[in-house]
Amino acid sequence: MSQVQEFAGTVEELKTLFSDRAVSGETMVLNLGPQHPSTHGVLRLMLELDGEEVVRCLPDIGFLHTGIEKNMEAKTYLKALVMTDRMDYLNPLGNNLTYCLAVEKLCGIEVPNRAQVIRVLCAELQRISSHLVWLGTSAMDLNASSILIYCFRDRELLLDIFELIGGQRMMTSYIRPGGVWRDLPDEFFPAVNDFLEYLPEKLADYERLLTRNPLFLRRTKDVGIVDADDALERGLTGASLRGSGVNYDVRRAMPYCGYEQYDFDVPLGNGCDVYSRYRVRMQEFHQSMSIIRQAISRLEPGPVMTDDRRFAPPPRSELGRSMEAVIHHFKYWTEGFSGPEGEVYVATESPRGELGCYLVGDGGAQPARVHFRTPSFHNLQSLPRMAEGYLVADLVAMIGSIDIVLGDVDR
Amino acid sequence: MSPVIGIVIEAIIKSALMVFVLATAFAYLTLAERKIAAFVQVRKGPNRVGPWGLMQPAADGIKLLFKEEMVPAGADKVLFFLAPILTMIPAMVIMAVVPIGPDVELFGRSIRLGISDLNVGMLYILSVASVAVYGIVLAGWSSANKYSLLGGLRASAQMISYEIALGLSIIGPIILAGTMSLQGIITAQQQSTWYVLWQPVGALVFFLAGLAEVNRAPFDMPEAEQELTAGYFTEYSGMKFSLFFMGEYIKMVAVCAIATTLFLGGYLGPYVEQLPWLGILYFTIKTTALLFLMIWIRLTLPRLRYDQLMAFGWKVLLPLALANVVVTATATVLLG
Repeated sequence: MSQVQEFAGTVEELKTLFSDRAVSGETMVLNLGPQHPSTHGVLRLMLELDGEEVVRCLPDIGFLHTGIEKNMEAKTYLKALVMTDRMDYLNPLGNNLTYCLAVEKLCGIEVPNRAQVIRVLCAELQRISSHLVWLGTSAMDLNASSILIYCFRDRELLLDIFELIGGQRMMTSYIRPGGVWRDLPDEFFPAVNDFLEYLPEKLADYERLLTRNPLFLRRTKDVGIVDADDALERGLTGASLRGSGVNYDVRRAMPYCGYEQYDFDVPLGNGCDVYSRYRVRMQEFHQSMSIIRQAISRLEPGPVMTDDRRFAPPPRSELGRSMEAVIHHFKYWTEGFSGPEGEVYVATESPRGELGCYLVGDGGAQPARVHFRTPSFHNLQSLPRMAEGYLVADLVAMIGSIDIVLGDVDR
Repeated sequence: MSPVIGIVIEAIIKSALMVFVLATAFAYLTLAERKIAAFVQVRKGPNRVGPWGLMQPAADGIKLLFKEEMVPAGADKVLFFLAPILTMIPAMVIMAVVPIGPDVELFGRSIRLGISDLNVGMLYILSVASVAVYGIVLAGWSSANKYSLLGGLRASAQMISYEIALGLSIIGPIILAGTMSLQGIITAQQQSTWYVLWQPVGALVFFLAGLAEVNRAPFDMPEAEQELTAGYFTEYSGMKFSLFFMGEYIKMVAVCAIATTLFLGGYLGPYVEQLPWLGILYFTIKTTALLFLMIWIRLTLPRLRYDQLMAFGWKVLLPLALANVVVTATATVLLG
């Protein structure tokens, strides 16, 4: 109870958040969100406006706080996996992957080669699907409304593919500690090939609508400038950081799942503005498609789950003949497996930036502490500095350009 | 029956018809916009109410009638009530001077297809159009909502600055026709040709300024859903909301109708002398084509920023319109 009182601010305290001009009534304090069409979820921004110019911008987060990290401590390593789907709901497979990599690092699990390649496939398909949502919503923020629908149409094909591999469109939990749930179905390959042929043509259409459109250029060029030093200082990662010309991509800096064997470029921008971030993401579509093509050609037959039975369920074929397998199956899914004591940190490149997982094990079947370093949370920190001095309309473009997902910010 | 009573009855019938036609046009314009948007965006659009969704506007109207009318606690009740009416009425009466067809013979009388033919028709249009901004400003002010206030501010700045370009762009046709009467301008086009050929710049400026005047994308700053939720009518609901909606769409129709009259020859078309009723058809087709263009633009282009919009109005459209007036006037004097 005492803690609650500690956080309840008084009006006098709140006054210090804004400049003196707001107290005297010279500037206006505007509450933008949490219900607002352009805050990409339930972000609340307290704005101090001089006319329409933003004097100060204070993000207020926590409206989508679901206690995922704490909840995971009460579940076994396996069952905690399903919570990760729900964090960044545009990147569920990527969240699965990050968490599984952390568990594997903690327990020292070897992942078979085929599973590694499938994971890369999933992560890149997920990146395209997330970028499609970003493109649609950020164009929508500038009132280019049709692109939103086009992007969601294209994303639908990807969701069908995810349903094919995991049985679910979004909350797949397909990537498991030790590998992936099951092998890719045969229908997967024609579906992905069709999509890879379909998408470039559509992307060219969207580029025709936006990239050289004078109205779009006016709205995005020299807007929301964050230079490289500023960006690093504020912990900006992902395409938003690369838009400021910093060559940092976790897939290159700390390769995982064998990304070092793939041939791909890290697109960079030098405008430091909304447009530069837009260009970087548009190029990332093509890089992801190239990685997917390489991954498909790399797929070799083999197991998709580790054969270390401490961490993997027994194959279904054994359940009918072996009593030990039945017992193992029961114990595996109820008690789970015990991890060693220790702490690990792994990071992956999510569509939004560096998604890290800090995992502490205490020797039991449940993680002692799980913490996610989510890119949206850190990217949001740079918004106040970006926004100062620009107009409300620019602020909306900036929120779109740093591509935040509130599920990822609040967890 | 004295001629005066005849004229009065004729005017009343024509006005009632015009209100009915405009209200219907508004209703079906909303449906058309949704259908066109659906077509562009690979969707189906409204298709539940009636065949092809044709009864959708009626269903929407009934729904809006029965919605609760919310008035914010801090609102100025009188102005809050007055604002939608002030937006709606000018939009309606602006069409009074637009001829929608040539004179026709009916019941032994020669009847003009159009409510009135003022000799200062263009001036009437400009003055009525400028009243509409009051509705929006008052709505923004009286709602006691910061988003509405910003919307109202944007609207007043935008509409006032675009009215100048709008006013200058219609001087071209007036000089060419030598009259301010819309009927006169059409007759003059009958003798020469559509003024869009003589006045391409004027037509362009008129259309762009018209877009800004009716707050359509990419100049829909006062509403700007992504920035100001709904701008000046954020706090409105039920019938008051639909009055704003109606005002906006009827203004769209009016601007397109005026553009048709000034630059596209109004009701003129083949065989219109022999069959005067054809004029209405030509007029409708031309106006609808312009409306389609407006909807198409909205579905394609991003929105301009507020300051860029003002810069565009003052630094591009206004000089362009002025230059157009100078060139037109000089050419008319020199070439007779």
